[in-house]
Amino acid sequence: MSENHTRLTPTARLNRWLKNVACAAKARRQAAKKRSLHGVNEHSEPVANAGLASTAVFRLPVKWLVSGPPFIFLLLFFAAPGIIMVLASFRYPGEFGGLAPVIATDPNTLHGFTLETYRFFFSDLIYTEIFAKSFLVALATTLICLVMAYPLALLIARSPKKSRNLMVLLVILPFASNFLIRIYAWMILLGPQAVLSHLVNGLLGAFGMAPVHLLFSSFAVLVAMVYVHLPFMVLPLYTNLEKHDPALLDAARDLGANAWQRFWCVTFPLSLPGIFSGSTLVFIPVLGMFAIPDILGGTGDMLIGNLIKEQFLGTRDWPFGSTLSIMLTIAVLACVWLAARLGGRRKRHA
Amino acid sequence: MRRGDGHRGMGLWAVALAVYAFLYLPLLIVVIYSFNDSRLNAEWVGFTWHWYNVLLHDEDILAAAGNSLFIASVSSLTATLLGTMAGIAMHRYPLKALAFMVMTPVAMPEILLGVSLLLFFIQVLNLTLGMLSIILAHITFSIGFVAIVVRTSLAGLDESLFEAARDCGASPWETFRHITFPLILPSVIAGGLMAFTLSIDDFVITFFTAGVGVSTLPLRIYSMIKIAVTPEVNAVSTLLMLLTLALIVLVSRIAPNVLRWKT
Repeated sequence: MSENHTRLTPTARLNRWLKNVACAAKARRQAAKKRSLHGVNEHSEPVANAGLASTAVFRLPVKWLVSGPPFIFLLLFFAAPGIIMVLASFRYPGEFGGLAPVIATDPNTLHGFTLETYRFFFSDLIYTEIFAKSFLVALATTLICLVMAYPLALLIARSPKKSRNLMVLLVILPFASNFLIRIYAWMILLGPQAVLSHLVNGLLGAFGMAPVHLLFSSFAVLVAMVYVHLPFMVLPLYTNLEKHDPALLDAARDLGANAWQRFWCVTFPLSLPGIFSGSTLVFIPVLGMFAIPDILGGTGDMLIGNLIKEQFLGTRDWPFGSTLSIMLTIAVLACVWLAARLGGRRKRHA
Repeated sequence: MRRGDGHRGMGLWAVALAVYAFLYLPLLIVVIYSFNDSRLNAEWVGFTWHWYNVLLHDEDILAAAGNSLFIASVSSLTATLLGTMAGIAMHRYPLKALAFMVMTPVAMPEILLGVSLLLFFIQVLNLTLGMLSIILAHITFSIGFVAIVVRTSLAGLDESLFEAARDCGASPWETFRHITFPLILPSVIAGGLMAFTLSIDDFVITFFTAGVGVSTLPLRIYSMIKIAVTPEVNAVSTLLMLLTLALIVLVSRIAPNVLRWKT
């Protein structure tokens, strides 16, 4: 046994040790579940049987009484609008905005259902380009958030228990301010009279380069995107990192792993589920964002959200707006599916 | 004590402090400039209450604030009722369709809910956009948040309590009335306050469902930012921050678990 141990490399030994711990934990969990199930059956079966006659009459109405109202409300104001939007994407735009009728009184006007808006979407490259750009902005925002959030989450998770809640609260508190106020703050900070602009342009001037506008640029959009979504990355990461057993790091240290190896081979792989859930929480809202490019962006910083807003409130081409919204929905679903798959594969391996 | 830990700890702290500064500095500047005796948010001139005074006499802002409070009150009360029911239903019965409809509005980009409701209100219900459409939209996105909070607190309860109540002869209603409800009440209230905060702060969904007649505080702030930036925006921002801060402190007192991100 000991001979066997000495022949293994430190990482292999650590891996084996980790595997043993994981197996033991899994077995323990399963045993506990079985026990508790037995317990429930043995003790409550007679009671449940006795109560069955009276509760069976009640159970069905109670179930519908409790779940009915929210179910109907959401069916009406969430599911139905969604279905209407799918249908609207297959219709012609109305003469004065809105939708053209399905059944026309005058056969010469556009009516009925069509694939026109989808054909239009794929015929003009500009729409694919805006989608690609939105994906790039969302990806960049997610990566920057990850780089900024990881050290903070790690620090909070390794702080004494007493101070953790306060440190988490300090991350959540900026949430307390209105979303528009947080964007507005960057209007001030990046404005032409602000210190930051003077500093950057002073530096650029010193190197003989032309001054730049920080506000109303892609830079401003990216900064605000990161600013608004950063807490969404910190919280899931912290929740994950907090659960790590410090004994794993001690074991790695005892086996001769240096700080970098301990992070890269132990902490980081274990935190992947946290990274995936944080990334989903950042990536999806950024993909649909219209307010930040609208307020802080220039004319060239249009994203999917701005395009959709323009179709519904500007040009009032509702069928095309619906098509764009459905494309966005598909993109979001694809991301969720991907994150779930990646996260799921991790879990199976662990 | 441990080799290398000192430096690494210092590095982590430095990055963490920088991130905290990144989170707070912009907001601090908004607050500071709300007391600045200058029309520009550029340099400090002197202390003044002037912008708060302007705010108090701005009829548009006051009307918008009134609308916001009314909408938030009505929508959060309704959403609390429906969300609590949904939370209980999801905890007790395997209702996949309900769970899907409750969770999806929380997770998807707000703009999708906004435009689909706009389409629905005008095309199907033939409703003139205004107070009613905003309230209905706010209820729709708030239900999920309340339901999640209530369901989480139900999941944390000890099942043996209910068995004990049953063994003592309590009917299902009595068990709910005397055991379940008092236990989840803090979460229900916290969920309601959360719905209130979300409603008062919502911009995107309100933007699409408000129409032209009714304005809310965020909509008013948006048009102020788009047209002309004056420190009056800073003043209203500061007051709004204080309000939501108070609400968050209240939530954390009533149900500390809600803010600990244990969903």
